[in-house]
Amino acid sequence: MRRFELTLPRSIDEAVRVLRDRGPDAKLLAGGTDLLPQMKNGLLKPACVVDLSGVAQVRTLEPAARGLRVGAAVPARALERDTVVRSTYTSLAESAALVGSVQVRNLATLGGNVCNAAPSADMAPPLLALEAVAVIIGPRGERRVPFADFFTGVRRTVLGADEILVEIVVPPPGPRSGGQYLRHTPRRELDIAVVGVASQLTLSNGACTKARIALAAVAPVPLRAHEAEQALEGKPVTAEAIEQAAELAVGVARPISDQRGSADYRRHLVRVLTRRTLRTALTRAGG
Amino acid sequence: MPKQILSCIVNGETVEVLVQPYVTLLDALREDLDLTGPKEGCGTGDCGACTVHLDGEPIASCLMLAMQARGREVRTIEGLAGSGALHPLQDAFVRLGVPQCGFCIPGVLMAAAALLAENPRPTQEQIRYGIAGNLCRCTGYTKMLAAITEAAGALPARGA
Repeated sequence: MRRFELTLPRSIDEAVRVLRDRGPDAKLLAGGTDLLPQMKNGLLKPACVVDLSGVAQVRTLEPAARGLRVGAAVPARALERDTVVRSTYTSLAESAALVGSVQVRNLATLGGNVCNAAPSADMAPPLLALEAVAVIIGPRGERRVPFADFFTGVRRTVLGADEILVEIVVPPPGPRSGGQYLRHTPRRELDIAVVGVASQLTLSNGACTKARIALAAVAPVPLRAHEAEQALEGKPVTAEAIEQAAELAVGVARPISDQRGSADYRRHLVRVLTRRTLRTALTRAGG
Repeated sequence: MPKQILSCIVNGETVEVLVQPYVTLLDALREDLDLTGPKEGCGTGDCGACTVHLDGEPIASCLMLAMQARGREVRTIEGLAGSGALHPLQDAFVRLGVPQCGFCIPGVLMAAAALLAENPRPTQEQIRYGIAGNLCRCTGYTKMLAAITEAAGALPARGA
């Protein structure tokens, strides 16, 4: 690996100061599972690496009734195992369990997954479907950005060079709500999503009060399928309604063709995975 | 670049070692601490040959800077067995003749040991999932599955 200076801040303020002083020369290190391979192959050549492992604030996982707070450097494995995340924020736990191998999931963090902003990032669609918010700290203080607005392009986010994603806040889905994340990969383990879909349904008196559908790997950024959501809301979730939503979700996808799959295949997968995740979300919501 | 002092616990002993800021935990273990059990296969976290335990959890030591292990507890294959006796997993791997070239074996054993520590009676499916991050290119995984299954039977059940 190319030489670099390593700083070991103990607080977010200290880390922000380093970023402010070093600018784009500095890179934040959380789990390292994306950063280190890119540094080893020379894709990234930071002069300064800022290790967040000594900052307690970004390593705390707080599942509370008023919502879930996940420090940006909480590893995927912790989300996969946490009983509250599994029962209440199920799609997030499911997506965390799909990242790399056990050895990778013990290092790879939720913040790293979203800040690297790969179009195929598995933990992004559940955050969109659960209406999670990014808590960002920079030299000018704190700001909050919904994940629907967080991603700006392939490997690009709203984060400035001197800003740090500190925490991910997920509001409670409420009673009678259920969700699922599914992805398609040719291999079952250690693969990257050809398409990923997260759905979340909330029910009341036999009707759907809220539907959220988010897609990964079908555009430069993870997308909400707004029209599909609206088609489900305000009425019972019937097989026909699910079919119509799956069709509308396909319309949102702007996939490319690459070695993982053609654009047509990806559109087909959007339909299939939207249908499947909505059926499971309905069951899990008690419908 | 000035070296930094890494203090951590490795295989039960407190160590202090000067490391370059840009070396991985794997390199520090192999080059500075002479623990050559963990191997570098791919260097990108795909093969699992570098698996060690960090605070009891299996990690890819090629994906972690040495300094990130400061204040933490690292266990390598060299520290898996108690003194004088093989770990039941090692014993089963020897008796069933699992290793061929042996390169992947330290990583497989550390992944399997972490699995059994969390789940002493795993199903075949859970064993496959537990070592899914470890590649063996000599042969297949049939003997590994048999050996891990046998070792699981030899371990005391949780709470026993």
